Amino acid sequence: MSKATDLMAWIDERIPLTNTWDKHVGKYYAPKNFNFWYYFGSLALLVLVLQIVTGIFLTMNYKADGELAFKSVEYIMRDVNWGWLIRYMHSTGASMFFVVVYLHMMRGIMYGSYKKPRELLWIFGMLIYLVLMAEAFMGYLLPWGQMSFWGAQVIISLFGAIPWVGDAITLWLRGDYVVADATLNRFFALHVIAMPLILIGLVFVHIVALHEVGSNNPDGVDIKKKKGADGIPLDGIPFHPYYSVKDLVGVVVFLIIFFAIVFFAPEMGGYFLEHANYIPADPLKTPEHIAPVWYFTPFYAILRAMPDKLLGVMAMFAAIAVLFFLPWLDRNPVRSIRYRSLAYKVILIAFVVAFIVLGYFGMQPVTPAGTWISRICSLIYFGFFVALWFISKNEKTKPVPERVTY
Amino acid sequence: MKLLFLSSSMMSKLTVTAFAVATIGVSSLMPQSATAAGGSGVALEHFTPVRTDRSLQRGAKVFMNYCMGCHTADYHRYSHLARDAGLSNEAVVENLIFTNDADGERTKIGSLMGNNMTKEYGKQAFGAVPPNLALITRSRGVDWVYTYMKSFVLDESRPLGANNTVYPNVGMPHVLADLQGWQKAVYKDDGAGHEVFDRFQPVIAGKLSAAEYDSTITDLVSFLDYLGDPNREARHSLGIKVMLFLLVFLVLAVLLKKEYWKDVPHN
Amino acid sequence: MATDNVAPDEGNNPGGVDKKRRRLLTQGVGVVGAAGAAAMVIPFISSMSPSARAKAAGAPVEVDISKLEPGQRVIVEWRGKPVWVLKRTPALLEGLKAVEGNLRDIESDDSDQPEYAKNDYRSIKPEILVMVGICTHLGCSPSYRPEVAPVDLGDDWQGGFFCPCHGSRFDISGRVYKGVPAPTNLEVPPHQYMAGDTRILIGVDGGRA
Repeated sequence: MSKATDLMAWIDERIPLTNTWDKHVGKYYAPKNFNFWYYFGSLALLVLVLQIVTGIFLTMNYKADGELAFKSVEYIMRDVNWGWLIRYMHSTGASMFFVVVYLHMMRGIMYGSYKKPRELLWIFGMLIYLVLMAEAFMGYLLPWGQMSFWGAQVIISLFGAIPWVGDAITLWLRGDYVVADATLNRFFALHVIAMPLILIGLVFVHIVALHEVGSNNPDGVDIKKKKGADGIPLDGIPFHPYYSVKDLVGVVVFLIIFFAIVFFAPEMGGYFLEHANYIPADPLKTPEHIAPVWYFTPFYAILRAMPDKLLGVMAMFAAIAVLFFLPWLDRNPVRSIRYRSLAYKVILIAFVVAFIVLGYFGMQPVTPAGTWISRICSLIYFGFFVALWFISKNEKTKPVPERVTY
Repeated sequence: MKLLFLSSSMMSKLTVTAFAVATIGVSSLMPQSATAAGGSGVALEHFTPVRTDRSLQRGAKVFMNYCMGCHTADYHRYSHLARDAGLSNEAVVENLIFTNDADGERTKIGSLMGNNMTKEYGKQAFGAVPPNLALITRSRGVDWVYTYMKSFVLDESRPLGANNTVYPNVGMPHVLADLQGWQKAVYKDDGAGHEVFDRFQPVIAGKLSAAEYDSTITDLVSFLDYLGDPNREARHSLGIKVMLFLLVFLVLAVLLKKEYWKDVPHN
Repeated sequence: MATDNVAPDEGNNPGGVDKKRRRLLTQGVGVVGAAGAAAMVIPFISSMSPSARAKAAGAPVEVDISKLEPGQRVIVEWRGKPVWVLKRTPALLEGLKAVEGNLRDIESDDSDQPEYAKNDYRSIKPEILVMVGICTHLGCSPSYRPEVAPVDLGDDWQGGFFCPCHGSRFDISGRVYKGVPAPTNLEVPPHQYMAGDTRILIGVDGGRA
């Protein structure tokens, strides 16, 4: 026992191990009223680790070469011991990452977790989301199937809408006149090195920012305002063991869903792994129906809803960019949806429904009806932010309690 | 699931569990492939693959005899077929390998299922290189492949005398004509002035009866389904074990959580 | 440290904490979790072992020895390694006895070879040597030096193999000399004669090892 204590003392004189543990785990006081929505932060971290580990093992056998890439994926699926498991974990992980992140963002919006003093925390989170989209997009090119190829072709062509320099930029991004070996190679480099490094860095500052200001909660109550004689928030409980054991339950439930997909439905009916991606990339033949993977489709629907190319591209990027400004668009200091007005609840529900409907139509072939519905939903999407700006100014809120409800 | 229900009183966990069940349910209901590519709009017959050693062996035999002359499946190894179809390596070499390797010797058991036709020849003979079939059931779906293989019709206007109602103007000839014989497509008016496919009419009998041909195609498409997803069986059987393990772990984790959270007082 | 936050011992929780149950559950979760994690590691470790492609490429190799002249050596690739097939002359075989005094592992007790090649010739038939041409020191491929007493190798040399990397010496059966860095004799791969004895199959021996 004393040997262990001595060793800890020896280490603590050199690096702040005990300090760090206490600050971020052992004596990090989190509100005790976390609900279902608070599982997704730790789950996002879990998926990040899963993606990195499975990714490392995939790179051991994957060939980033236009001639070899498709076949090397089949090599992994058939010839490498357990290669199918590792690859399905990675492909399922990509989609589950977005499931978790969307729910995590939804939590942030519902409970006003972006509001003062958590604006930077929100912005770091949004940057993570942005980098994650780039990471997923580049990763999707690597199997070098028809969807990989044409998806990349379409998305890179979006930059062609930029006036004056558009064509030069798309050429530069691809490194060739079409998506080609050069594109595949650089996407590989960015996917396995650059983006993960940025992602890990951002996740680090996201957590640093969180632990600096403390966690929000479903009541939006600032627990630091009511402290006990010992200086500890009355409604706070140490992350460890209380939330480590609680998150463990979340992790196991998540793994049940995750592995159910990996083992029983890895294609998820064509939503996680698209059917056309089982055909090798062919620059001469576009598949009859191309659609991005589901997690991009809401933005893709916004793009297609616009009658003009430049307008479409701008609307699509604006749809993501506007989320960054949420902390300032919402002018109501009350954080949680529990104490906000009916008007707020209505526009938030409309926003979520519009987002899901956009996601659905982004997957479907273009139809006149679909385009009109997408236009309406795009309006609702952007309308939410406008309405929020006005509603939140003089919103009639319910009284926020002093202490959390638990 | 019952265990889960009892061990947890929290709504959230139920929601998640329901989500898990729903995801798998939904995914299994979703069509294997969205469209009958080729734009024919012909209804596809529903097909359920058979996965027995005997069917796999018969399907492999049809594939090696009739398909491998032009198509390849060179993502997959003969040795894996031997392993998965309950055959010895020797049996596969003797009965199922008809190609030679670069040295002019019989292709080895550990080799990929390739053929000796060059891409240039394929393009010249059929207008397009015959695709690798190892993943055809993943890209098209088994229903499509099954219906396609039964939908070759006599059509003198085509260079090779055959057309296909599922994939109009396909470059592939009716390779199994000696087994199935020949049939004609009969069209009807759909009431809106469009000619639509109605039914097949047999013209020349083949070596097999209609039922025998169906069973041959069942074996063939089941074999192709195996080629597309060779480790499905292993995946499912391991998956059940992983699920059982995680359910046990879940019970323990929930008990542990409840135990610790007894400390946390309600306001 | 009694606070309102948690009641670790008694407090709001009638009956207090069942420490035994808590410890038992923690251990249970720890053990089951560790078992799960360990099981998860297996596929990843295993994925780094030779794949089906590597195994197929490492399949047994056939060598035709009907045209092999005495003193001639052919090199074939087996599992990416050079395998020598050498037809030794009677003179070379004579030399084996003469160098025995200089050898470290005369009986090949500490070396790698199938049982049927654990003899002075380290082969099935005395004249035909089948050997992995990789030095047991650090993996260079030694040179074939059949000549007797060349200038650079000294008067005792009766023909054998010399590793240019670190100077290890082996006799014509691949047995290592004393006082050189290589620790053991060169490795004999499993092999067998095929019908007619004009072909050798390297990589299998029908379980005779």
